[in-house]
Amino acid sequence: MTLIRGPRDFGIGAIYLALGLAGFIIARNYSFGTSGRMGPGYFPTVISSLLIVFGLVTIARGVFREGAPIGAINWKGILLVTLSVCAFGYLLERAGLVAALLALILISAAASERFRLEARALAGVVALIVFCAVVFVEGLGLPMPILGEWFRN
Amino acid sequence: MDIFANLWLGLTVAATFSNLLYCLVGVFLGTAIGVLPGLGPVATIAMLLPITFGLPPESALIMLAGIYYGAQYGGSTTAILVNLPGEPSSVVTALDGYQMARQGHAGRALSTAAIGSFIAGTISTLLIAVFAPALAAVALQFGPAEYFSLMVLGLIASIVMASGPLLHALGMILVGLLLGMVGTDVNSAVPRYTFDMPLLADGLNFVVIAMGVFGLGEIAANLEDEAGRTVMTRRVTGLMPTKEDWKRIIAPILRGTALGSLLGILPGGGAALASFGSYSLEKKMSKTPEQFGKGAIEGVAGPEAANNAGAQTSFIPMLTLGLPSNSVMALMIGAMIIQGIQPGPSVMIEQPTLFWGLIASMWIGNLMLLVLNLPLIGLWVRMIAIPYHLLYPIIIVFCAIGVFSVNNNTFDVFAMALFGVVGYVFRKLDAEPAPMLLAFILGPMMEEFLRRVLLFSKGDPSVLVTRPVSAILLAIAAMLLAAVLLPSVRKGRKQAFQEE
Repeated sequence: MTLIRGPRDFGIGAIYLALGLAGFIIARNYSFGTSGRMGPGYFPTVISSLLIVFGLVTIARGVFREGAPIGAINWKGILLVTLSVCAFGYLLERAGLVAALLALILISAAASERFRLEARALAGVVALIVFCAVVFVEGLGLPMPILGEWFRN
Repeated sequence: MDIFANLWLGLTVAATFSNLLYCLVGVFLGTAIGVLPGLGPVATIAMLLPITFGLPPESALIMLAGIYYGAQYGGSTTAILVNLPGEPSSVVTALDGYQMARQGHAGRALSTAAIGSFIAGTISTLLIAVFAPALAAVALQFGPAEYFSLMVLGLIASIVMASGPLLHALGMILVGLLLGMVGTDVNSAVPRYTFDMPLLADGLNFVVIAMGVFGLGEIAANLEDEAGRTVMTRRVTGLMPTKEDWKRIIAPILRGTALGSLLGILPGGGAALASFGSYSLEKKMSKTPEQFGKGAIEGVAGPEAANNAGAQTSFIPMLTLGLPSNSVMALMIGAMIIQGIQPGPSVMIEQPTLFWGLIASMWIGNLMLLVLNLPLIGLWVRMIAIPYHLLYPIIIVFCAIGVFSVNNNTFDVFAMALFGVVGYVFRKLDAEPAPMLLAFILGPMMEEFLRRVLLFSKGDPSVLVTRPVSAILLAIAAMLLAAVLLPSVRKGRKQAFQEE
């Protein structure tokens, strides 16, 4: 990895380049039009091309210029936070709000070093779920089932 | 005398019982959120957006505005008491405010911040009342070329504001513009970048991106330095500034207000830049610059006035031009559109009660902050002491429910999760997401205005520089860009952000 002196520049440059290339290739399906009559592909093509240029410049900077390392990545944190939200999205209509919130809270809380599943924490979880059900479903009338399809026969 | 008639109209709207209540709720929630580190006004307003659906438009905007400037205030409380700036705009407040607190003058620092904010709020409210109608009149003359150039200026200004390398910020703008293209093209009805998913036909939702990037991404980042978080609380005594203090703070407050009001109007500018600017200004003007960083009361008064003034005047471009100058304003525009109001120069004429009611409510809200927050300081201190590991699952819960409620669709929940990862990655690579979000909002508008410009001129882009107002706006943008590229400014900017 000695080839890359500035990993942060290199990383973000690669992202710019990838997005620019993807944007450019996809935009080729949309008609470009002319400057006087911009087609749906005009603006995306211009933006994507600029992004490709910026990506290349930033990558070059990452290769030639000394920069800070990326730093430790909190895999557990980002993974569990993402997972907890996805679990909520998956369970909300299937199992209902109560189960979805329970999954979200327990999975996301596990991301912290300090979280312990004890009586007080559980009481807090219950209180939070009741609060959400009362305020958002009963009070504001959001169309979220308290109990989802799985429990309804 | 028009101004007073208008302000009076505004006061009659803002001072109704229910609107006073929403204002109070707004500033209270805002302060609470500002106090809690790791939960910004963007995520909060996005979370609370569904609550405003059922309110009348005046009340909804009054409450959301209250959250915004309340959060500025709350952020400084945390900055002073625990050296943890709750908001980017209170980073500099922490420098001297925390030192004052350590020397046992927390009360004086807090009251200085409150008084400075209130004076700045009062003056900038008057400024809005004076200048907004004039600006709206100018804005009515704006053609597509002027709007396009103004948006370019806004994007460039947001780069100046962003921390991290400039190259990254420029790239983030392009990413934001590209994300803004997702959805059906308004002119040709061609679906772009939708990957044949009908749910993407209306484009990505701003709230989804904002909550993912600022809400979830931030949480994941905060969880990293969990061990480094120390919570300490102390009793706060001696709330009132002394006569000597008053003499020292009044000039910095006025200078900070002037600077903040000016920078707040700039699209892309706003509160954070104003507070940095004011701090270095006060340090330069001071006879005892060596005291700065060691508990100089001027270093609290100036920046606090500046960030509040900047927060207030950033409403001007939003209300008169329909252009958001930062993410919070973009959400306000979202709230207005949900209420069926198209933001722009006509709001003032067609919805005078909304416009002036909102402005008057800002002054009332500032008064509430002053009166309420000093007695409530004990409550805020206790809130700061809430450990983060108990707090963030609750934040995620509200984010998830809030995002679902926008379209009542779980697709948005998954999209938010994805943008949470994106936000975390960007943060790790030193790329600040704020310019991306602004570009995302402005992108579709810029495309549309550019299309019109080129349609009228038959494809000749030189119109952008031959129309005087447009040319001036682009020139300012070019100067700003040149200025940040200059080595000396670059160094100063680096220093300002290093103080974080």
